[in-house]
Amino acid sequence: MSHHIVKFENIIYQYPDGTEALKGISFLITHGESVGIVGANGSGKTTLLMHLNGYLLPTRGIINIGDVILTKRTRTEIRKKVGLVFQNPDDQLFMPTVYEDVAFGPVNLGLDDVNVEERVKRALDLVGCYNLKNKPPHHLSGGQKRAVAIATVIAMNPDLLAMDEPSSNLDPKSRRYLINILKEFEHTKIIASHDLDLILEVCKRCIVLNDGKIVADGDTEKILKDKKLLEDNNLELPLSLQKIL
Amino acid sequence: MKFDKEFFHIGYLDRISQKDTFIHRIDARVKVIVSLLFVITVVSFPKYEISRMMPFFLFPVLFLSLGDIPVRFVLVRLLIVSPFILFIAIFNPLLERNIAFYFFSIPVSYGFLSLLSIFLRFVLTVSILILLIATTSFSGVCYALRAFRLPNVFINQLLFLYRYIFVLTEEAMRMVRAKELRSFNGRGQEIKFYVRLVGNLLLRTIERAERIYYAMLSRGYNGIMPYRKISLLGYKDYLFMFFSVLLLYIFRFYDPTEWIKMLF
Amino acid sequence: MHMADALISPGVGAGFWALSLGGIAYSSKKLKENIDDRMIPLMGVMGAFVFAAQMINFTIPATGSSGHLGGGLILSVLLGPYAGFIVMASILTVQALFFADGGLLALGCNIWNLGFYTSFIAYPLIFKPLTRDGRNITIASILAAVVGLQLGAFSVVLQTYFSGISELPFNTFVMLMQPIHLAIGIVEGIVTAAVLNFVRSVKPELINVSLNSTSAGFKKIIVTFAILTIFTGALLSWFASSHPDGLEWSIEKVYGKAELPEKEEGIAAILKNIQEKISFLPDYSFKKAPEEEKTVESETAYPNIDAGTSISGILGSVIVLAVIFGTGFIIKTLRKRSV
Repeated sequence: MSHHIVKFENIIYQYPDGTEALKGISFLITHGESVGIVGANGSGKTTLLMHLNGYLLPTRGIINIGDVILTKRTRTEIRKKVGLVFQNPDDQLFMPTVYEDVAFGPVNLGLDDVNVEERVKRALDLVGCYNLKNKPPHHLSGGQKRAVAIATVIAMNPDLLAMDEPSSNLDPKSRRYLINILKEFEHTKIIASHDLDLILEVCKRCIVLNDGKIVADGDTEKILKDKKLLEDNNLELPLSLQKIL
Repeated sequence: MKFDKEFFHIGYLDRISQKDTFIHRIDARVKVIVSLLFVITVVSFPKYEISRMMPFFLFPVLFLSLGDIPVRFVLVRLLIVSPFILFIAIFNPLLERNIAFYFFSIPVSYGFLSLLSIFLRFVLTVSILILLIATTSFSGVCYALRAFRLPNVFINQLLFLYRYIFVLTEEAMRMVRAKELRSFNGRGQEIKFYVRLVGNLLLRTIERAERIYYAMLSRGYNGIMPYRKISLLGYKDYLFMFFSVLLLYIFRFYDPTEWIKMLF
Repeated sequence: MHMADALISPGVGAGFWALSLGGIAYSSKKLKENIDDRMIPLMGVMGAFVFAAQMINFTIPATGSSGHLGGGLILSVLLGPYAGFIVMASILTVQALFFADGGLLALGCNIWNLGFYTSFIAYPLIFKPLTRDGRNITIASILAAVVGLQLGAFSVVLQTYFSGISELPFNTFVMLMQPIHLAIGIVEGIVTAAVLNFVRSVKPELINVSLNSTSAGFKKIIVTFAILTIFTGALLSWFASSHPDGLEWSIEKVYGKAELPEKEEGIAAILKNIQEKISFLPDYSFKKAPEEEKTVESETAYPNIDAGTSISGILGSVIVLAVIFGTGFIIKTLRKRSV
C-alpha cells in the first residue's frame, strides 16, 4: 500500500461554457496530512474539492486517489474513500432523524445492522453528538448540524476527509467546538476555507489558489504570515495575526 | 402575515409531538388505526343524531389530557378551521324547518338538529386529527403508513417533504421579508413581485435538489432509500387498541344516555 | 376547497379513499419503473416548495382579495403526471394532519379532487397537447387550471351531496362552487404560466425538458373538448329541465323564503333512482320542498322525537359530557402536580 492518498497531475477543468476554473493544478498529499486550501471567491477552491469525489471529472489531467485513477467508472469506488462535507449541512441531512442520516452511508455500503450501529455510534461519539441520535435534523442548531454532517461522512470510514467552508455560519462556541474536533481527527484532511484562523490551527500545510492556479504550497505558518503573498492573492492575514504583525 | 403563523404552527406541533407521555409512547400504527376508526364511527351516525355522539368526546379528552396537550391550542385550531364548515352547515336549519320537538315551548327544527350534529362531527373529527399528530410524530405516522403497505415511493416522498418544509419555508420567509423591506405597498405590482419571488424560490429549490442528490451520491446512494425496521407491538399497544375498538363499538351501537336515565 | 370529515359519510369517504389509494399505488408503480434517481430528492423539495409558496399571498388586482398558487399544475408540468400526483397527495396529507385542512376520512376525497383531475386529465389532455414546442403556455395553463379546478369543485359538490349530512341543495352548491373556482382557476393558470415563463427566461433547459410533448396534440384536444362539451351539455340540460327559469334562481331565494322551487323534482327523481341502486350509501336524504315532505316518503324517515325523549336525551348528554370532561380535567391537574 502506497503512502500517497491524493495526486493531482496538471488538472485542467473547463465549464460547459468554456471558462476554465482550474488551469493546471498539481499536488501530492500523503497519508495523515492536514491540508488547508485558501483563496478568494472564484479562485477554484470548491471546483477543486468537487473533483475529489468525482462529482466533476477533469477536462485534462490525471487524478489519483488512493491508487485509483478517477474515471466515470471508478467514481463510485472513490466515493467510498473520500468523505466530502458540504457547505450547507441542510443539503446533507435529508433523513428523518440524525441516526438515519449517519446510518445512510454504512447501509449503502452493505453493512449489516450490527456493524451499522457500531459505525453510527463511533461517528457520533467522535463529534460528540450521540445524544442527538433520535432528533430530526430541523431540531438541531447550526453547529450541531455541522457536527452531524461530519459524522454522516465519517461513518463511511473514508481514507480522506474533505470539507468545504466548515466554519461558515457558526457561532464562536460552535466554531471552537468544530476546531477542537478537527484537531483530534486522525484522518487525512483537506479543508477549503475562508477562515484563515481555522486553517492556521488545524492544518500544517497550506495551498493558496488564485484564478485556478496554485501560487503557494507549503508550511501553513510560513504562508499565512506572509502578508505580501496573501494580499497579492486577494487575501489578508488571519485575524489572530493582524494585531501582532 | 399568515405566513409566520402557519410556519410556527407546524413547528409547534412538531415539537409537542416529541413529548414523552403514555399516549406518545403508544405505537403510531395503533393510533392511526384508532383515529381512523374513530372518524368513521362518528360520521356513520345518522344525520340528526346528537346525544349518541357525546360519549365519543372521551377519546379526544383522553388523548389531550394523557398527552399533555394544551387545551387552548386545540380550541384555537378548531376555531380557525370552522368557518367553511359553519358556512355550509348554516344552510341546514334555514332549509329544513320541520319542527322536531319543543324545548320548553321553544321550537327546535330538524334542520337545527342536523346543524348541531354537523358541529359535533366537526369538533370530534378535527380534534382527533390534531391530537393524532400532536401525540405521534409525523415520521411515526409515515412509518405506520408504510406498515400498512402504502408504496415506498409515497412514504419517502412524505418524509422528504416534511424534512424540507422547514428549510424551504424559512428560505421563502427570508425572501418575502427582504422584498417587504424594499417595497412600499406597491399597488398592482404585487403579482409581478410575487411571480419573481416564487420563480426564484423555484429555481433555488431545483438547485438544492441537485445538491442534495450530490450529497446522497457521495454517501453511496444507489436509488434505494434505506428505512427503519418496523418494531414489534408491546402489550400496552395491544391493550390500547383493544379497549379503543371496544369503546367505539359500544358507543356506536349502545346509548349510554339510556343507562344514565335508568339510574334515575 | 377541501372536503371535511364533518360533512362526509363513511361510504363516500371510503370510496374515494379507495380511488386515491389506487391512484397512489399506480403512480408509485409507474415511477418505480422508470425513475431517475434524482427524482426522490427533487420530488421532496418540490413538495416543500409548493407548500412554502402556498403560504405567500398576492393581491388580485381590482378585487383586493388575496390568492396563492395551488401548485397542482406546476407540479405536473415540472415532474410529470405520476410524480405530480404523488407530490400533491403528500402535500395534502401534511395539510390534513397539521392544519386539519380536510380531515382524515375526507383526505381520500381531497387527494382525488385536487390531485387526480389536474395530473391525469388537465395536464395530459389539455396542457401538454397545447404546449407542443413550448408555445401557448399561458392559454394552456389557464385552460388546464380551470378545467382541473372545475372538475375538482364539482366533485366536492357531489361528495357532499351524496353524503347527505349537509342540507345544502345541489343547485345552490353548484352555483356557489363553480363560478368561484372558475375565477380561482383563471388566476391559478395565469400565475402558473407566469412562473413557468419566468423560470424559462432564466433557465430554459429546465422547462423545455418538461414541455416535451410527442403525439398529435390537436387530435387530443378536440377529443377532450368534445367529451367536455357533451358532459357540460348534459349537465346544463339537466338543470334546464328542472329550472326553466334558471336565471331567476338566486341565493336570496334560499335565505329568504321557505318555499323551494318544486322544480327540484327533476333532480330528486333521478337521484332517488340512483340511491335505490347504490343502497350502501347510508342515511341519504335529499332536498325536498317542505310542502312535499308530508306527502312523499323520504328515504330516511325523520326520527321520532318527542319532547320527553329529547329532554332526557339532553340531560343524559350533559351528564356524559360532564363525566368525560371532568376526568380529563382531573388527569391534567394530577399531571401538573406530579411535574
